[in-house]
Amino acid sequence: MTRKKRRLYILLLCALGLGSATALTLTAFQDNLVFFRSPSDIAEQRPPEGRAFRLGGLVESGSVERGGEYAGRPAIRFAVTDGANRIPVVFTGVLPDLFREGQGVVTQGVLGTDGVFRAREVLARHDETYMPPEVADALKRSGHWNPAQGAPPPAAEWNTARPRS
Amino acid sequence: MDTTPALARPRAPGRLHRFANPGRFLRLTDAILPWLAGLSLLVLAFGAAWALFWAPPDWQQGETVRIMFVHVPMAWLAMGGYLGLAILSVMSLVWRHPLADLAARELSPVGAAVTALCLLTGSLWGKPMWGTWWVWDARLTSVLVLFFLWLGHAALVRAFDDPERGARMGAILALVGALNLPVVKFSVDWWNTLHQPASVTRLDAPGMHVDMLYPLLACTAGFSLAFAALVLAGTRAAVMERQLRTRQMAAARRAA
Repeated sequence: MTRKKRRLYILLLCALGLGSATALTLTAFQDNLVFFRSPSDIAEQRPPEGRAFRLGGLVESGSVERGGEYAGRPAIRFAVTDGANRIPVVFTGVLPDLFREGQGVVTQGVLGTDGVFRAREVLARHDETYMPPEVADALKRSGHWNPAQGAPPPAAEWNTARPRS
Repeated sequence: MDTTPALARPRAPGRLHRFANPGRFLRLTDAILPWLAGLSLLVLAFGAAWALFWAPPDWQQGETVRIMFVHVPMAWLAMGGYLGLAILSVMSLVWRHPLADLAARELSPVGAAVTALCLLTGSLWGKPMWGTWWVWDARLTSVLVLFFLWLGHAALVRAFDDPERGARMGAILALVGALNLPVVKFSVDWWNTLHQPASVTRLDAPGMHVDMLYPLLACTAGFSLAFAALVLAGTRAAVMERQLRTRQMAAARRAA
């Protein structure tokens, strides 16, 4: 075996060892690496009383109530859903621009004993679709998509569309 | 007495080593580099105009979506460049290519710069859209680790008096750090993150309208050409610097 070949094999062996070590570590930390938990995760395993965590999902259609009050401050109420379960949320801060019904959000706060999540922070989560306003309008007009209900139709249906406005 | 510069010594014949000859590399890149630089400026100017003026805004992000035309190419270059660094490191460790060492040394500062730009533009985009400059989710954290790997490589290869030893250490660091590449790529699929999943490199159709996708690809081509031109120019300078030093050493030995 030449020296070059031996170096190549040593390198491959190291890569194999390091790669499997990393894969094992990442699998072991799988649960701790989640950025947020879904309403179904919470229903399955309720976090300890008073422990802050992040709750993520879609803003339920028709659940947003503005103009309410919580702890003496103007508050907004909405529900976070993942289809199977929902958790009501109350929030007194400033919402990001992308916040709307049907949008993904990640909120940080504490779940009260009454089952209402008291959010300290609400972040909007953008999905992976990008489309010009005319295309979005055309999809909405044709009844193919209601943004408040959730994700847009498959991209192949609209990503080359050129609607006449 | 040996007056031949070490780098100009004839190498073992073989197809792989044909381009490793520094003299041939200098001649070849001397012809290519001006064209590459000119072409990159041209494509970049065209791509920027397309992205900034002719591409439509997003239906819900509005004009802010134009940050994507810098952010996404920088992210792709940060990862593609690192893949290049890993390949150069294998060549350096297995075949002891002097040219691979020099290219890796010149690649890492440029790679660190594009990764920094990716993080900065991402932060500027995240504040108005998500509502935060930074979160410690898997995607953002793994890209920050990528940035530190680039910086670490750039510093490590320059930290030794013996440049060959520095190159060896840098190559090992780069290869260990290559484990981070799949983590960056698949972080948005393996774990739930605030960052959205990939739009362009999906198995089904890209989740982006072609009116935005094509200018994005044009910008990516422009930035990639500019990236290649910068690294090539740096590597040329490094090769010439080394040749000069070898000649000066030989001359000094002759005079002694």
